[in-house]
Amino acid sequence: MNAKTSELAFRGRRFLVLSVLALAGLALVARAVDLQVVSKDFLKGQGDARYLRVVSEPAHRGMITDRFGEPLAISTPVDSVWANPQELILARDSWPQLTKVLGLKRGALERQLAAKRDKEFIYLKRRVAPDLAEKVMALEIPGVALAPEYKRFYPAGEVTAHVVGFTNVDDEGQEGMELVHDARLKSIAGAKRVIKDRFGRVVENVERVSEPQPGQDIVLSIDRRLQYLAYRELKAAVKSHRADAGSLVILDVHTGEVLAMVNQPAYNPNNRHKLKSSDLRNRAVTDVFEPGSTIKPFTVAAALETGRFNGNTVVDVRPGYLKIGRKTIRDFRDYGIIDVSTILQKSSNVGASKLALAITPEHLWQTFASVGLGADSGSGFPGEPSGLLTDFGAWHDIQRATVSYGYGLSVTAMQLARAYAALASDGRPLPVSFLRRSEAQAAELAALYEPVLSKSSLRSVRQMLERVVEKGGTGTRAAVPGYRIAGKTGTVKKSGAGGYIEDSYLALFAGIAPASDPRLAMVVVIDEPRSEKYYGGAVAAPVFSRVMAGALRMMDIPPDNANSPPGQRLAFLHRAQ
Amino acid sequence: MSLFEARAEVLRTNRRNLAETLHLDAPLLICLLALSAISLFVLYSASGQSIDVVWRQVVRLGVAFLIMLTLAQINPATLKRWTPWFFGLGIGLLLAVLFFGETGKGAQRWLDLGLFRFQPSEMMKLTVPMMVAWYLSDHPLPPTLKRLSVACLIIVIPTLLIAKQPDLGTALLIAGAGVFVLLFAGISWRLIFASGAALAASAPVLWHFMRDYQRQRVLTFLNPEQSPLGAGYHIIQSKIAIGSGGLYGKGWLNGTQSQLNFLPERSTDFIFAAYAEEFGLFGILALLVLYLLVIMRGLLIASQAQDTYTRLLGGGLVMTFFIYIFVNIGMVTGLLPVVGVPLPLISYGGTSMVTLMASFGILMSIHTHRKLLPR
Repeated sequence: MNAKTSELAFRGRRFLVLSVLALAGLALVARAVDLQVVSKDFLKGQGDARYLRVVSEPAHRGMITDRFGEPLAISTPVDSVWANPQELILARDSWPQLTKVLGLKRGALERQLAAKRDKEFIYLKRRVAPDLAEKVMALEIPGVALAPEYKRFYPAGEVTAHVVGFTNVDDEGQEGMELVHDARLKSIAGAKRVIKDRFGRVVENVERVSEPQPGQDIVLSIDRRLQYLAYRELKAAVKSHRADAGSLVILDVHTGEVLAMVNQPAYNPNNRHKLKSSDLRNRAVTDVFEPGSTIKPFTVAAALETGRFNGNTVVDVRPGYLKIGRKTIRDFRDYGIIDVSTILQKSSNVGASKLALAITPEHLWQTFASVGLGADSGSGFPGEPSGLLTDFGAWHDIQRATVSYGYGLSVTAMQLARAYAALASDGRPLPVSFLRRSEAQAAELAALYEPVLSKSSLRSVRQMLERVVEKGGTGTRAAVPGYRIAGKTGTVKKSGAGGYIEDSYLALFAGIAPASDPRLAMVVVIDEPRSEKYYGGAVAAPVFSRVMAGALRMMDIPPDNANSPPGQRLAFLHRAQ
Repeated sequence: MSLFEARAEVLRTNRRNLAETLHLDAPLLICLLALSAISLFVLYSASGQSIDVVWRQVVRLGVAFLIMLTLAQINPATLKRWTPWFFGLGIGLLLAVLFFGETGKGAQRWLDLGLFRFQPSEMMKLTVPMMVAWYLSDHPLPPTLKRLSVACLIIVIPTLLIAKQPDLGTALLIAGAGVFVLLFAGISWRLIFASGAALAASAPVLWHFMRDYQRQRVLTFLNPEQSPLGAGYHIIQSKIAIGSGGLYGKGWLNGTQSQLNFLPERSTDFIFAAYAEEFGLFGILALLVLYLLVIMRGLLIASQAQDTYTRLLGGGLVMTFFIYIFVNIGMVTGLLPVVGVPLPLISYGGTSMVTLMASFGILMSIHTHRKLLPR
């Protein structure tokens, strides 16, 4: 009985159970069809959108090399860690690990995430070491991923800092050649389609969308060996004389190329944490000063060009001073009656003034202006001032006199070097260049410029300048054994807001070598030496001597001074090594 | 001796093969083995091709099949005698969990027995239908209203204890198992519709008693796109995985959603999505057919059972299996809210598999001990 009743009850419910089963089964199948047939395309698109990504493929910035191809700025691939704040904000549990591995502050990360919560991209840390990048990705934190980037590295460090400059974190040129030639150096990132997993890791490359285009390489005119030598010697001199600053420029006189340009103080472009803005100053190009006695060769050249003077023309510089109106121009001592050559050798202000007053202001101005004084050197460097050379129309006698020995006009070290290069070559003031010039380019350029001084004047001035370095001259310490050196010292009183400052000097030396067939022009500026010596001949000339000696030897320029005792030459060579 | 009995005698002597000696039901066993094989293949893909994970699943399957084999040897009559004791023990353990239980993932479900951790709610998946069947079987069916009320208490008490842990998925399965036993016992249509209406009416009350995370799941179910990275993430990724599989699937080991880590819980609760992505609609249909075969075979065994207890119990156990499938696939496809229920015999994990295989052991026991029962 019991069994029979239950049999009936069971049968009665079989229909119910089977219909429940059928309905449920139908619902599941219908749902599967709905998802996999009806909404398939939409969902497939959604799926593809989740793993197919177009990512940018960075290309490296162009390399900067010296004239021989030695790298001065190169880009190496590194990784940056970034995050999608919307995802990372949910993975709160993983924050402590993340901050620990990356060395971030917990609070800083929280603030950053809170501020960018509706954004999809923030950098957590730029340019990390490869092993750190690996560690971060091993954490498998949702929303944290790597982006390949390039880090700029400067192998020569502070030695080429002012020439090469540096880029910012986004690989844009900020200073120096990096800024000047940013457009050429800049790379264009490519794009590629990749498959990424949920953690943003690239699993597979699918296709290239656009080719990455690396930036162009740039070959500078700089000779790294000369640059190193110049840097070392300038730094040592600035330090030993406890000077504020210093600059040194070497030009190739035939092409106008800058072979070396260094400044003190400098900075390390690879580590700019403790960078002071004053360290950034490329003083050789941006800082103007009154050139003082280093301008006298051009005054003499102007006088020679009139044809009324030659090296032996006698000038009376007694009694060691010259009154013009209320001003008095003084010499170091009374030189008596001297020839033009001795005016340069002894650096007589009175002599230079008398020469200037003997020619027209227009001619003096013309000579100065034609060698590029008071004008942009053509270096193309950002922030280069043009210098100052006021128009001769406004010159009174006193101006005509002071300008002749280098006061009342201002130049940069680069502009002065350019003028000396014109003096050293055939009188063509070629614009200087930080990029290497081929001989053809140099010749082409030279054709655009007329010689501004006659060959005979140039030769005479160079011969006179050799006497400056010889016994009895002010620049004997600029001498280089085995070579004939022509140059001029300068000791300039610095001017401040209220006129000239007492006991504050600029020690200068500008020169060319070898004097028989000049190849190099060099300007040395030591700003405010504080040792007991402050004369250009005592402070700047030795730097010139050491750097020029090394440069001539490195460039394999044959010695032209047979009179130099061989023992002295050997001793020097030994020291330079 | 009737003709029927004679035939049975002949059959018994002739077909006393290995399966029958071991009290196993061959059709059911074949289906279960097929499902296990599918599980291993899907797991290998969903675990990111980890042979390690597959091996651990093999070990679990081995243990589960051993338990099935053991339970198949127990005579249903013995099982019936022990039923009240099992139930009493189960309730006791649930209370113990409530007071001394281990907390894991925000819920108190585990009992630390020193050597291993034990989840008493798993055991209730078997003992609740057993107890309801036991209580109803010795009296005429359909049950009186009074007996029905007591039976309801037998279901409600453990359900509430488990819901309080909180483990909504298991509570749902247990309540479902008990209710299906009641349905099999035969209650009037009127009562069925009335309780259905009452359940619908009580939904707001239920809402009130829900925990925050449970409410969140319901809200997410209703509108998953509301927070695509938060609570809705699972279900969106899952729907994308299934949908992008299309008719034929992307092929084994080629599912982008699962292989690239987008699909969460892809070797446990959401393994169906990983399967659907790689094997497509046809794969789903094949899987559903396999499940249907298991259910139909189970219902057949229940309908051929020779006493009320085994019939009700058999039906209840099969329907538990069905609820497992429906709730899991419904959840993964976005038909139902997210409830932590694994896909039976496919998902990675041991606890529910042991319980399921135990219930199949009981079913096999019901079937294979049938002929030995006195008529």
